[in-house]
Amino acid sequence: MTAKLALRDIVVRRGNAEILRVLQLDVTEGEVLAVLGPNGAGKSTLLQVLALLERPAQGEVLFDGSPVAGRELKLRRQMAAVFQESLLLDRSVAANIALGLSLRGMPRGQRRERVHYWLHRFGVDDLADRSGRHLSGGEAQRVSLARAFVLEPSIILLDEPFSALDQPTRESLADELVAVLSETGITAVFVTHERDEAARLADRVAVIVDGQVQQIGPTAEVFSSPADETVAAYVGVETVAPAKVLESHDGLVVLSVGYAHVEATANGFKASEALVCLRPEDIVLSVTESEIQTSVRNRLRGTVTGIKPAGAEVRVEADCGFPLVASITRRSLEELGIAIGTPVTASFKATAVHLIPRGT
Amino acid sequence: MELIWDGIREAFRIIGTGDREVWSITLRSLLVSGSATLLALIIGISIGALLAFRRFPGRNLAVTLVNTGMGLPPVVVGLVVAIFLWRSGPLGPLGLIYTPAAMVIAQTIIAAPLVTGFTVAALGSLPSRLRPQLYALGASRLQMLWLVLQEARLPLFAAIMAGFGAAVSEVGASLMVGGNLAGETRVLTTAVVLAAQRGEFAPAIALSIILLALVFLINLVLTGVQQRESRS
Repeated sequence: MTAKLALRDIVVRRGNAEILRVLQLDVTEGEVLAVLGPNGAGKSTLLQVLALLERPAQGEVLFDGSPVAGRELKLRRQMAAVFQESLLLDRSVAANIALGLSLRGMPRGQRRERVHYWLHRFGVDDLADRSGRHLSGGEAQRVSLARAFVLEPSIILLDEPFSALDQPTRESLADELVAVLSETGITAVFVTHERDEAARLADRVAVIVDGQVQQIGPTAEVFSSPADETVAAYVGVETVAPAKVLESHDGLVVLSVGYAHVEATANGFKASEALVCLRPEDIVLSVTESEIQTSVRNRLRGTVTGIKPAGAEVRVEADCGFPLVASITRRSLEELGIAIGTPVTASFKATAVHLIPRGT
Repeated sequence: MELIWDGIREAFRIIGTGDREVWSITLRSLLVSGSATLLALIIGISIGALLAFRRFPGRNLAVTLVNTGMGLPPVVVGLVVAIFLWRSGPLGPLGLIYTPAAMVIAQTIIAAPLVTGFTVAALGSLPSRLRPQLYALGASRLQMLWLVLQEARLPLFAAIMAGFGAAVSEVGASLMVGGNLAGETRVLTTAVVLAAQRGEFAPAIALSIILLALVFLINLVLTGVQQRESRS
């Protein structure tokens, strides 16, 4: 399948310094691709290139398989972008949302209905006549999102749209974005330095460090098996597994993960699906059944599938209905006599489970 | 004191009775300086946008030159324009010396650096990511420019006020290139100079009051628009 938007052998320089080098990056039709990386890694530059706002020193950008050169304005009019700053104009909220449509020469009558729909969709109907300059951060970013989605673009590019917002606003807006993206099916590229945000929104994640894409793949895969130390250092090595929510009440969530059931504590958790995240140091491995730890809600039986030394520690991979990674000392490894194929029990507290909601 | 009171009384008599000569001078001032301000806006906003948005070698020098130009002495401008338009000068064949057109040219040269300087400052105060955002929303280069000028419209009003103020109040250049010909190139400032030289203080004061009132009214209107805009 042809990629919606693709980069080939891209190099971007600032002065003499090379700040971005991408051999190949394909944004597939209909997917949400997160570009994750530390500040200054080149994420925003990557987005500028994808948005046809910056022409790379070298390489080619392909839109639906053909080079964009010379068609930038026409193609930009099939895209939309939202940045960290809302950058609303000094005019009414409704006029701000209508801006892209009027730039495309759409008559006023046709604009009105679409603007109205998106004002409503992002819950900013009440603000329609207010000036774009006098809004709270959350309101302004809602308007900025509406201003992009009203264009019904074939691809939307989002550059850290929530990073200037406070935590509750960020979460509710992320929920809305997930809903709108799944409802419209618009292809999206989402730049962020927040691991959880990437995990929350993306079908695939591209990790970018030092101006280069280090790894790209399905979200759970990138988080649970980082390709190298650079990625691992950034995303953190841990167990990440997709799960279905079976029940959720009184702050306790029961999920089905692979063949296993896992209990987690999370207040007001509403999503139907989730990514279950476990840090290796929170998982205790034992070889005998006799050790009873009453406070531990999760006890999963499984088999050791891999052993990897990591400094003074050892990372033990086990299949306990889903693949998980525990970290134990070399001494415990010897004492417990753990080898590949050893049956083990993995125990972890419900509070040690970090849930990232997925779906709506 | 007697002199001043007489002058003021005379001034109101002239304004009240609608002296034809005085009104034609006022109208000419308004036309010449208004045209010059309009031209200065076109030139100043174009160059200002270029200086604000483009990065090129020598840009700092260009901005420094513009800032210097904001304090350009009108007599120097008048001298240079007069030399160019002089009958034997490079542009002599155009026959513009001692015409209102010559005055418009001189005043444009005086006002343009002011408009340019204010435009650079006004556009420079916009968020740096605004232009990429507008392009990302599908703006062409011209649409982008039009939108950022609208965004900067409040500080740009200051450019109009400064430009018109400088044009209408200068006297040196208008005298040198216009010649202060009655009924042709006599404007408020040159008429004041002439009257004062002759010791006719009453009409000089009357013309000065009209000049001040003119500048005041223009600024009142522009400030009114500016304030209403900034509140909405």
